[in-house]
Amino acid sequence: MNKTFFQWLPLFAFVVLGMSACDKTETIDGLGDVVIEMDNRAGDDELVFGTKYVTANGDTIQFSTFNYFVSNFVLVNEDGSEYTVPKEDCYFLCKHEDADSRELTLRNVPAGNYKSVKFTIGVDSLKSVSPAAERTGVLDPTGGAAGMYWSWNAGYIFVKVEGTSPQAPIDVNTNERTLQYHTGLFGGKDSPTLNNLKKVTINTTSETAHVRKSHEAPVFHLYVDVLEMFTSPTNINVALNPTSHAGPYSATVANNYADMFTLDHVHNHD
Amino acid sequence: MNKFLIFSLLVVWFAACNKEDKGNENIVVFLPSNFPKPVYNLELNPVTEAGFKLGKQLFYDPILSRDSTIACADCHISFSAFSHPDHATSHGIDGLFGKRNAPAVQNLLWQTAFFWDGGVPDMDLISINPIQNPLEMDESPARVVWKLNRNPLYQKLFKAAFPGKDSIDGPQMMQAFSQFMAMLVSANSRYDKHVRNEQGGDLNASEIAGLQLFKEKCSTCHATDLFTDGVYRNNGILSEFTNDKGRFEVSSLPDDIGKFKTPSLRNVAVTQPYMHNGKFKTLESVLEHYATGVKDSPTLDPALKQHGVLGIPLSQDEQSNLIAFLKTLTDETFIRDERFQQN
Ligand code: HEC
Ligand code: HEC
Repeated sequence: MNKTFFQWLPLFAFVVLGMSACDKTETIDGLGDVVIEMDNRAGDDELVFGTKYVTANGDTIQFSTFNYFVSNFVLVNEDGSEYTVPKEDCYFLCKHEDADSRELTLRNVPAGNYKSVKFTIGVDSLKSVSPAAERTGVLDPTGGAAGMYWSWNAGYIFVKVEGTSPQAPIDVNTNERTLQYHTGLFGGKDSPTLNNLKKVTINTTSETAHVRKSHEAPVFHLYVDVLEMFTSPTNINVALNPTSHAGPYSATVANNYADMFTLDHVHNHD
Repeated sequence: MNKFLIFSLLVVWFAACNKEDKGNENIVVFLPSNFPKPVYNLELNPVTEAGFKLGKQLFYDPILSRDSTIACADCHISFSAFSHPDHATSHGIDGLFGKRNAPAVQNLLWQTAFFWDGGVPDMDLISINPIQNPLEMDESPARVVWKLNRNPLYQKLFKAAFPGKDSIDGPQMMQAFSQFMAMLVSANSRYDKHVRNEQGGDLNASEIAGLQLFKEKCSTCHATDLFTDGVYRNNGILSEFTNDKGRFEVSSLPDDIGKFKTPSLRNVAVTQPYMHNGKFKTLESVLEHYATGVKDSPTLDPALKQHGVLGIPLSQDEQSNLIAFLKTLTDETFIRDERFQQN
């Protein structure tokens, strides 16, 4: 028994070595998926509607709506090359109350190790002015985008945050101390408007995202902190600015929320 | 007696036939030779007879409003080139008044943006604006689509216009509106016949003098045979814009305060009152405004403040010649076109 074991040992070692060598030179080809998980937060806590949170300005807010459009995803390979998700699959509307809408799947991504993901908060100007026939799914103003579209200033609401705060003035329509921040404006078609589109780059730190045709999709787990919209660079004082729509103040709101997406971790399945 | 009966039956039958023929109208978009290339891409949404018919039905149907009381056509009336005559600002649902004057709906194919502030940059997206406006029809576009889907007439009309679809969706509704509105082309006025050297294009001396003056004094803004450059400008009707800031409401750029899209002047003689707020009732008062009433403000158009002088110097004679010319822009065939009127 012992003898046989030692007789076979060299061969065994050889096989093991060979296997690990094989692993080293694994050819990365084919296509796989990437998942982006949007984990909505309020500061250090998970975001729960109706719960009280305190902003940088010291205002207490209970949120009731947190929706945002993200689009135009680009994945950056560790070798620096970029993969751009095709136009027809790159618009997502995330709603806090709908967990499925916050798990985005980018399909048929070339296998590789990806170190960054880039995207836009909002709907880019080209799509914002496209003809009716191209407005399907979450981009249909009479369907998927209902409530996230301004018909009088034609364009999508990029980020919609609503809630109440004891510091806010009483709204005459609702008789409540409501907050309403609806931010849009893509820069205009033939004549300029404010442009509140924001680009986001999420860099991985330790581990890249491994896309393989045979593995389950890697996950970029992102934190989306709604309280970031109320600070940096400008603290919002809800007593003074309880609402913002398509006005100049929307630029302040958009500059604030530009940094609300951060990486928590990458989750690989290999 | 019997012969007479057969004869009258035949007559009735022919008449019925004729009626049908009238329904079988000539639905082809008119692209006038004195106009530039359309802005709207008709290839993406070609106008068909069924699509036009559906769009027209929608345009005349109050089903689009919250309480089924108001149709597009209530504020856009064919005999005034689809404007709202004699209403400074339109009243919509529940008798509420909006803050703007309803302009003519014509030659939309050549416009880059719609509404006084250009808030809508594509013809397809026009309809959902009045539908949603709380002072106009106050209905959610999604609910309109739901209502249409439950309505047998629309099920039939949509099937005919968009074969191969099981249910009605919003983008189709918008396309049908565009097909109807694309047909609303006005370019058969006496002026058009004049520039195209067609019969019926004679202008008298006063009208010719007016045309000449117009080219010198007005056509920088009311440009080309569309009579608009599509640019947002402040023509000095107010010195302060507090209630309605115009293009600024859309762009949020301070330089746009008080600027409104230069309106086309086609059919202007039948679209009174004038300006975004319906400030002037007659063309006489409009001309008087340009001659002596222009008000200064930070965004006033430089063309109306040349050499430090406000307005456009115009004698009484010049003003009446200009008005005579503006009246040659009325297109009787357009405003009487039965194809565009309610069945
Ligand atoms: C209550 C009256 C009212 C109703 C109903 C209404 N409109 Fe209007 N319409 C207006 C007013 C007022 C304006 C100008 C508003 C503005 O510029 O902000 C306008 C502007 C327009 C324009 C812009 C024209 C241009 O040259 O810029 C179009 C096109 C139009 N309406 C089509 C429609 C359609 C289609 C419907 C039905 C779905 C409709 N309207 C229903 C009052 C109305
Ligand atoms: C600087 C550009 C400019 C010039 C020059 C100009 N207009 Fe206008 N015009 C406008 C604008 C902008 C409006 C709409 C303003 C508003 O409603 O706030 C307008 C409105 C009008 C209207 C009202 C149309 C409607 O449907 O309400 C008439 C009529 C008119 N202009 C005639 C003229 C005539 C005639 C001249 C030459 C004597 C002239 N304009 C010169 C820019 C101009």
